[in-house]
Amino acid sequence: MNRTAILAALAALSLSTAAGAQTLRIGLREDPDILDPTLARTFVGRIVFAALCDKLFDINEKLEIVPQLATEHRWEDPRTLLLTLREGVKFHDGEPMDAEAVRYSLNRHLTLQGSFRRSEIGAMESVEVVDPKTVRIRLKEPSAPFLSQLTDRAGMIVSPKAAEAAGRNFGAKPVCAGPYRLVERVAQDRIVVERFPGYWNAQAVTIPRITYLPIPDNTVRLANLQSGALEMVQTIEPDDIKTVEKNSRLKVLAYDGLGYQGITYNLGNGARAAGPFAKDARVRAAFELAIDRGAVNQVVYEGAWTVTAQPVAPSSPYHVKDFQPQPRDVETARALLKQAGVTPPLAVEMTIPNNPDLRQVGEVIQAMVKEAGFELKLNAMEFASSLQAAARGDFETYLIGWSGRPDPDGNTWTFLHTNGAQNDGKYGNPEVDKLLDAARAEQDLAKRRALYAQVWQVALRQDRGRMYLWHAKNIVAHSAKVSGFVPVPDGLIRPQGLRLQ
Amino acid sequence: MGPWLLRRLGQVLPTLLILSVLIFGLQQLMPGDPALILAGEERGDPQVLAQIRAELRLDRPLPEQYLHWLGRVLVGDFGFSWRIREPVGALILAKLPVTFQLAGMAFAIALLIGVPMGVLSAVRRDRPLDWLANGIALFGISTPNFWLGIMLILLFSVELGWLPPSGYVPLTEDPLQSLATTIMPAFVLGNSIAGVLMRHTRAAMLTALSQDYVRTARAKGLPERVVVAKHALRNALIPVITLGTIEFGRLLAGAVLTEQIFTIPGFGKLIVDAVFNRDYPVVQGVVLATALIFVLLSLVADLLTMAVNPRLRTA
Repeated sequence: MNRTAILAALAALSLSTAAGAQTLRIGLREDPDILDPTLARTFVGRIVFAALCDKLFDINEKLEIVPQLATEHRWEDPRTLLLTLREGVKFHDGEPMDAEAVRYSLNRHLTLQGSFRRSEIGAMESVEVVDPKTVRIRLKEPSAPFLSQLTDRAGMIVSPKAAEAAGRNFGAKPVCAGPYRLVERVAQDRIVVERFPGYWNAQAVTIPRITYLPIPDNTVRLANLQSGALEMVQTIEPDDIKTVEKNSRLKVLAYDGLGYQGITYNLGNGARAAGPFAKDARVRAAFELAIDRGAVNQVVYEGAWTVTAQPVAPSSPYHVKDFQPQPRDVETARALLKQAGVTPPLAVEMTIPNNPDLRQVGEVIQAMVKEAGFELKLNAMEFASSLQAAARGDFETYLIGWSGRPDPDGNTWTFLHTNGAQNDGKYGNPEVDKLLDAARAEQDLAKRRALYAQVWQVALRQDRGRMYLWHAKNIVAHSAKVSGFVPVPDGLIRPQGLRLQ
Repeated sequence: MGPWLLRRLGQVLPTLLILSVLIFGLQQLMPGDPALILAGEERGDPQVLAQIRAELRLDRPLPEQYLHWLGRVLVGDFGFSWRIREPVGALILAKLPVTFQLAGMAFAIALLIGVPMGVLSAVRRDRPLDWLANGIALFGISTPNFWLGIMLILLFSVELGWLPPSGYVPLTEDPLQSLATTIMPAFVLGNSIAGVLMRHTRAAMLTALSQDYVRTARAKGLPERVVVAKHALRNALIPVITLGTIEFGRLLAGAVLTEQIFTIPGFGKLIVDAVFNRDYPVVQGVVLATALIFVLLSLVADLLTMAVNPRLRTA
């Protein structure tokens, strides 16, 4: 075979790889888990659910709660919520989406064995069907975050008929009321969905098919986008932003997320919470003052993230603007250590999930705190092992992040409250507990934000119970052929409004 | 031959049984509580954790867990993936052909490069062609798979746009497209084995070429081509075959990394994802299947050696 023939054959191959504008191909960071809104846990799964399953409510760019399957909501009293449902909505199997379906779905989320939604809507006591388009939800206690739970998987309504028929295998063929329905799924390879003609908001959906392709390697995912084998990727690395910006056929968008990266201190979980680091807030203040968050961000993430001192991201209306990180101050840090009666160097260990970028963060912090008198030992561990070590209390400090929730309660209560389930370091202060409980019940935005501002002041500045480093951004990249993407802080790719040339 | 085969097959079963104990025991040594990983960000909720443990029998004593698993495996039930809730048996059956295609193509590439290069460099020993062949072999052995893979993607997919950068299309769906998606990973995999095969072929050929029967063949005036191909190569191939089958098994293992880079939904990717997600039933099923393949491969190696070497056939 001569050279021309080989080239022609290769050209033919590459032509056949380019699908028409009929299909939008989206690269995901990992393969989603089960596609049952009650049993699912992964973030990437939520990206697929954005196409498959509509929710009672959604959130917009400003994190405001907006109608989706429910058109209105009204608090009859702080424990009773009345929802009005959208009329004429059909599930993928043609069944009507009505009050009975909402009752069924919420109860399924609450009671199905293995449900991951149970704790999210645990405040719910009962659901009643008032009439076919109205449901009444009663809560055990007033809960400000409850409504925001209905903007995610706990608010997804499934077809009762299909769910009853499939039982625990519902995830293999989910039937919801979203803009797309599932065509096929090949584990670790692809998830294909097609436009649902009976969708209630059909005019907002123009792309006939979407294929989701899990591609874990960052370089390879980007290469797929660059070569035209994908039209969109869920995320790229901060150091690839420049590469994509230089390419006229691609677009990149970095926007605020909901999560944070921080350092959990072990203050009272087992034997490793014994030294001066755990016992004396001045030592932890010295540690924090020795760290320049901006420099870490610059060195490891090209300055792409937003540095912070609090768990609530700037995208949220509950972000407290005047609570900012204190500038690095090695002199004060040394003085604080001296006051605390510590003779440097003080040995402290930091557990780090074993990723290249987090290891680098650890190394930068190690160098910084050394100047203040800390001998930071880095202990890089595979992620699952590090979680277990943290839960057991087998750590001194732990560099760990949180993907974030639209409601501030999801970023705070479970980590800072004495009874918080994810309070791995066992930080506890009755004053903070009281404030967090009050914030949970408060419906007024300004008052609630003021309560959180007090929490930061006591738990973070006074007690130094935890340290927050930065809020990462969602970095979505797509082909210039794609338009209409709406950046919502939760990082999902909503197909409504998306266009493909 | 018949009794020999029966005896060999008889050894397979106890081997697998011992392996099953090892597989089960080793993964218990893996740090990281599967319930914590499966609970995801709900891991702080003790109720969720207890429920997962009960559902997956993680709260039972280890021997009971093992016997339960073994009992199901004996009737062909490998259980369900904890993560995606698909039957493990079906997952293995779906992924195995993918990896076999990849490994098969890689092996063909390795043979096509390795054996002729080994023969040539033995015949042209200590001459430029030999040095070149050794250089290529050294490059093949010492290039990390992930680096070569990403370089190939950048060149052939991003720069030239000739080949799809990743993904997989089954042979049955579109053979041309299937070749296009697997040729780069197959080359990456085959490249590392080619060097090994080349060095072994060279060594075996050098030994064969110095034997009396080769001298006799030359003395009889046979053309050099016939001496090399018919007399020396046939004898040199015996160790190469044994090695080749073992290397084929290694290809299955090497596929772990290559499949990860090229996002090929095969065996390797299945097990890597399962280990990181602590998806024990998948890990157990895949490792057991891999062990079975290895055992069968060594049986194939014995049979092939017998076919090539008549002296063994009476054993």
